[in-house]
Amino acid sequence: MSSSRLLVTASPHLRGPASTPKIMWNVVGSLVPVVATAGYFFGFGALLVIAAATLGALLTEMVFGSKGSLGDGSAAITGLLLGLTLPPGFPLWMSFLGGVVAIAFGKLIFGGLGQNMFNPALLGRAFLQAAFPVAITTWPTGEEGWWNLSPTQASLPLMGAEVDTVTGATPLGLWKFERIATDAVDLLTGAIGGSAGETSAVVITICGGYLALRNFLNWRIPAGIFLTVFVLSGALWLIDAGRYPSPVFMLFSGGLMLGAWFMATDMVTSPVTSRGCWIFGAGIGALVVLIRNWGGLPEGVMYAILLMNAMVPYLNQWTQPRVFGTRLGEAAS
Amino acid sequence: MPRQTTPGQDLTRGIWRENPVLIQMLGLCPALAVTNTVVNSIAMGLATFFVLLCSSILVSTFRKLIPSEVRISTYILIIATFVTIADMTLEAVVPEVHKALGAFIALIVVNCMILGRQEAFASKNTVPRAIIDAVGTGIGFIIALLMMGSIREILGYGTFLGFPIFGSNYEPWIVFILPPGGFFTIGFILLALNWWERRKLERARAGEPPAGAAVERAA
Amino acid sequence: MSGAGDGNGGSRVLPQAAPQREEVPSWRLLVTLGSTGAIAGLLLVFVYQATQPAIQAYRAMVLRQAVQEVLKGPERWDTLYVVDGGLVQELPAETDPAGLEMVFLGYHEDGQPIGFAITGGEFGFQDIIDLIFGYDPGTKTVTGMKVLANKETPGLGDKIEKDSVFVAEFDGSETPLVGVKSGRATGAANEVDMITGATISSRAVIAIINHRLELLGPMIAAYLEEAN
Repeated sequence: MSSSRLLVTASPHLRGPASTPKIMWNVVGSLVPVVATAGYFFGFGALLVIAAATLGALLTEMVFGSKGSLGDGSAAITGLLLGLTLPPGFPLWMSFLGGVVAIAFGKLIFGGLGQNMFNPALLGRAFLQAAFPVAITTWPTGEEGWWNLSPTQASLPLMGAEVDTVTGATPLGLWKFERIATDAVDLLTGAIGGSAGETSAVVITICGGYLALRNFLNWRIPAGIFLTVFVLSGALWLIDAGRYPSPVFMLFSGGLMLGAWFMATDMVTSPVTSRGCWIFGAGIGALVVLIRNWGGLPEGVMYAILLMNAMVPYLNQWTQPRVFGTRLGEAAS
Repeated sequence: MPRQTTPGQDLTRGIWRENPVLIQMLGLCPALAVTNTVVNSIAMGLATFFVLLCSSILVSTFRKLIPSEVRISTYILIIATFVTIADMTLEAVVPEVHKALGAFIALIVVNCMILGRQEAFASKNTVPRAIIDAVGTGIGFIIALLMMGSIREILGYGTFLGFPIFGSNYEPWIVFILPPGGFFTIGFILLALNWWERRKLERARAGEPPAGAAVERAA
Repeated sequence: MSGAGDGNGGSRVLPQAAPQREEVPSWRLLVTLGSTGAIAGLLLVFVYQATQPAIQAYRAMVLRQAVQEVLKGPERWDTLYVVDGGLVQELPAETDPAGLEMVFLGYHEDGQPIGFAITGGEFGFQDIIDLIFGYDPGTKTVTGMKVLANKETPGLGDKIEKDSVFVAEFDGSETPLVGVKSGRATGAANEVDMITGATISSRAVIAIINHRLELLGPMIAAYLEEAN
């Protein structure tokens, strides 16, 4: 049917240099400094957790994914991001399981890359949070040596920790339960307790900013998130500084930085229009402030992003740009 | 005309080929809500079985007396009566199980599987056949609930019928005893069933008849 | 799965019945529904009467066991009602005891009062937690705590009921209670170690007891003073 001389193809005919694998591997590259920082502050154990999650994600993609999908790098991103949301002393088999669930149920079951509604890494984390609520809120104290593994990490598959460990606390947990604020400098450099990727706000911002500059992520999403969180928590803080944390604390504590730069901006699960991105970001920011201040859990970035992921199809529909020369709503679609 | 089926088919149809939960997707509310342990699954299965059987007998007995205009309300009235009886009896006999099942016993009333069998079968067939059909469907429901309950209890508590099977150090997957675990489990089961069915069909098409080829006749 | 329509010709009835439907007199509809309702009612009254004693006995037994447990085996106890901000044993003649709050005053064999069993409920992590606790007004200590109903996360929040270590924390601790994270206790007599990972449920239990005592403590003191 097709002749080699006359080839009819659909638009676009001019392509940019960016391709899915290129963007994805760039994201992977920009995550390397974040992983390194996590390793620096939390020790060898944190790197093992990230490695286990990535291994789970890659193996699942290899076994169940379509041919060649391993090379596009998206499974590696999912695994890395998932690992970064887990506590550094997390049992490795759970971490691995999280990677499997993230890819299998977060992505492949919807039909693979581009079809999934929810951020796969966060879906994996939500599964782990629901399945192992104690393990996922057990934070190391930070007083162990760099090479020291938490005894919980090596536990056999399906088994729990053999010993009770002394646990540390996250800045958000300290605030929620004991009303103790953490120093802003520590939050910025990353010398705090928490998940592996909840460390240095500075490093994460540099890495995310690189991606935004190269246009590999839509800067409006993190901007919308930070702006909303800052304004809303600032207003609450002005009303009652004893009850509500300061906006600086809200911005730099917990998983907000990692979530805003790397997870909310996932191309598949964020809106395609600019206005949609602003609304998307603002929604996440508002939900984060809502959950952190009035919810049962200290942290809410994961649920905020997942909830707004579910809104993305509507945001795309509502913010559809007008076709030139038509009125709103009568665009030929 | 409704095709005539043999009593044997009436019985086995509900158990597997038209399993109310796994194939017809009816009665999903109790199947998702209370199947977090095997004991709860059995109790819910038996209570539903009792309601289904009694309602089928009554509806079939009076099928000629019930005018079609008020048949749904009459069926619901009959079903609700037996549900209340089951509710009170369970509370008196096994109060612990009753407490665990909570409001979901009363919700058997709205289990569309039961109303479905009245409307589709008991109201048009003789009492013995209605009994056979109710027994088949009820057993199918219990089987489905048991599958759910076993998976969820084993993963969620590390026990089966209360006996630990992984040793004391098992880390329970708490998600499986929470509502999301119900959706996960039924998703898994349906995935496995459909995959199996499809493989069977593909094999049949490829010309190598599977062991149960006779069952595969088109309806 | 092509056989899903087998033999349950439900979908085929409507088009068939529509043309030849004849008018059914409304009295027949009424009679059908009325008689079904009457039979159903009759059946239910019968079952209700048959099962009610067992149900009531079970509820009484649960309460009795709970009071026994939190007051550490009293010989007998009195039921006191909360009326107009005070405790009374004898209700005013026209008051209906249903719906009134109750506390239970337990006695030793020698007639000495042990303490009060007090019920209370507040919102936990998922839903209302209902519990009963024993309170010794002499030493201002809790003598025991038992959760009566909770819908907290199975395997985690429901440890407030099932974890015997946590439940034992309440025995003999001074009020008002203070919850501390496990491993951070300083040894003070009013500290209760909370359950790791179930901070919110643990706090709710402690808050229920403290709030109930804030409310009932003065009433109990007044009642005891009056009795002496």
